[in-house]
Amino acid sequence: MRKKKHISAVEIRKFGPGANLFFNIFLGIFALTCILPFFFIIILSLTKESDITAYGYQFWPKHWTFASYQYLSRMGHQVLVSLGVTIFVTIVGTIMNSLFSSTYAYAISRRDFAYAKFFTIFALISMLFVPGMVPTYLIVTQMLGLQDNIWALILPMSFGVYNVLIMRTFFKTSIPEAIIESARIDGASEMRIFWNIVVPLAIPGIATISLFTSLGYWNDWMNALLYINKDSVTPLQYLLVKIQNNIQYMTQNMSNNGAIAGATSVPTEGMRFAVVVVATLPIALTYPFFQKYFVKGMTIGGVKG
Amino acid sequence: MVQDPIVNDTVELPPVKKKSFFRQLRDNRVFLLMVAPGTLFLIVFFYIPVLANVVAFQNFQYSDQGFIYSVLHSPWVGFQNFTFFFKSADFWLVIRNTIGYNLTFLLLNFFFAIFFGVVMSQMRNQRLLKVYQTSMLFPYFLSWAILSYFVYAFLSSDKGIFNHIIQAMGGTPIDFYNTPWVWPFIIIFLGVWKGIGYNSILYFATAMGIDPSYYDAAMMDGANKWQQIKNVTLPHILPVATLMLILNIGGIFRSDFGLFYLIPRSSGALINVTQTFDTFIYRALTTTNDIGMSTAAGLLQSVVGALLIIVSNWIVRRVQPESALF
Repeated sequence: MRKKKHISAVEIRKFGPGANLFFNIFLGIFALTCILPFFFIIILSLTKESDITAYGYQFWPKHWTFASYQYLSRMGHQVLVSLGVTIFVTIVGTIMNSLFSSTYAYAISRRDFAYAKFFTIFALISMLFVPGMVPTYLIVTQMLGLQDNIWALILPMSFGVYNVLIMRTFFKTSIPEAIIESARIDGASEMRIFWNIVVPLAIPGIATISLFTSLGYWNDWMNALLYINKDSVTPLQYLLVKIQNNIQYMTQNMSNNGAIAGATSVPTEGMRFAVVVVATLPIALTYPFFQKYFVKGMTIGGVKG
Repeated sequence: MVQDPIVNDTVELPPVKKKSFFRQLRDNRVFLLMVAPGTLFLIVFFYIPVLANVVAFQNFQYSDQGFIYSVLHSPWVGFQNFTFFFKSADFWLVIRNTIGYNLTFLLLNFFFAIFFGVVMSQMRNQRLLKVYQTSMLFPYFLSWAILSYFVYAFLSSDKGIFNHIIQAMGGTPIDFYNTPWVWPFIIIFLGVWKGIGYNSILYFATAMGIDPSYYDAAMMDGANKWQQIKNVTLPHILPVATLMLILNIGGIFRSDFGLFYLIPRSSGALINVTQTFDTFIYRALTTTNDIGMSTAAGLLQSVVGALLIIVSNWIVRRVQPESALF
């Protein structure tokens, strides 16, 4: 019915041709400002180092080169380590968060869970008050002893109350209790009902929160800034923060690895931009395909259960 | 609303005999197992850190016997950390910047999100619209760590594009990272620019959901496009927009750490226009290692933030009871 309405509405609701052209240009330019900087970064990563030194950053360099990427693959040991850390943290963290948030949401969405109300409030209170950067820092470093530990990057984001709310809304609105009831009459255990009936039905919801969570892990540099000093557990985003402040950081590492003698010829500028490309490309290539899940999460998140 | 008839189908039997506490625990063991990891997380990463805020009232001393021992054996100093924070030169700066930037974001996001949402809902070519929307969401999905490089490529004093343009036009290059007056504009532009794709979705969806017969009727009365938007689209969007505006008031004491710390490359020359609650707390923690005062600043931020959420929720309950958070 919605579709039919939509088609009949096209002519009525839309701009006239003049306004349509004007706003196409307007939106087009604005949309361009959103993606152009990334193409600029790609170009800079492909610019010959001597061009950058001589002419600065240019939209169209005189000499193109893959040198930055060649250096990265041959000697960017730290970049590979950081990429590995980021991938590990993203995968493990996303699995934990999606699993824990979904099971929590499912339990509190069930009316026959005697403590549903208590655990709902128990989680919701955390949205009202922020415990603060320093107390959390003290707990993670002093009590859990996770300084320079990869779990300091995973555990602080391994559960999300916002995800719980999205999933609770999802369970309440799209999984009829009648299905659960009939499965129970057939003698299925609660665990079986959850894994074999509820989870398959909840895949769109789980996909939404997994995507949000994996994006959060991939993009996280804050936890690393607070808890990580060691190179071996430095994620990609934090590596970017570090090489922003210290252009020599990568080349220092290279000489430490005994990889090169003449560090002067290393394209440090180009390599920094190459690392930015490595950190951005996975998002740029995948998000257009997952966009509908993100949009769904944005719109159902606010709905009260 | 939709689930109500289904919910009413499952008739709960009244308990014949009051179950004992342990019996009830056993009956709910599967559900308890399901909430266990989340509960553990909330205890460790929410409830204990909230309690750990007591160090705001202490002269906290690290000890090698663990955190709890340190808390129990650090001297209590009452509100000394708070008065120290109030009297420091940073206090008014932090308040001014945090509230100033947030109020600006609040109003500009409100205006631009509605503007973009309405404009997009009126576009004729759906395929082009999809391209615009996808492009506009791109910055939203990137971290400030990545975006700081995007910005640097434009603003770098010797290599940046902006100074190329300024020089090509015969002007003197600007050392952006040492020029405070430009930063309020840069920060506000970037904050709005990054979020616009996301923020406009809600209004776009609301505008698309308006029954076309309203437009039909308006056209029959001879309304032109602008009159249609003013009298049909905006009145439909306004309740949602008001709600978002009020809800966002709750976040007015918080700030996006990356935007204020990484984008200006934590430049000392820009501290007057970039210092907010969160950057102040981080700097107090890492540079002066003042646990007591940085916790006090954070506690103040959280308490005022919580009060604001409660107040804004109270307002929402009076205006639109069905939209209240609690």
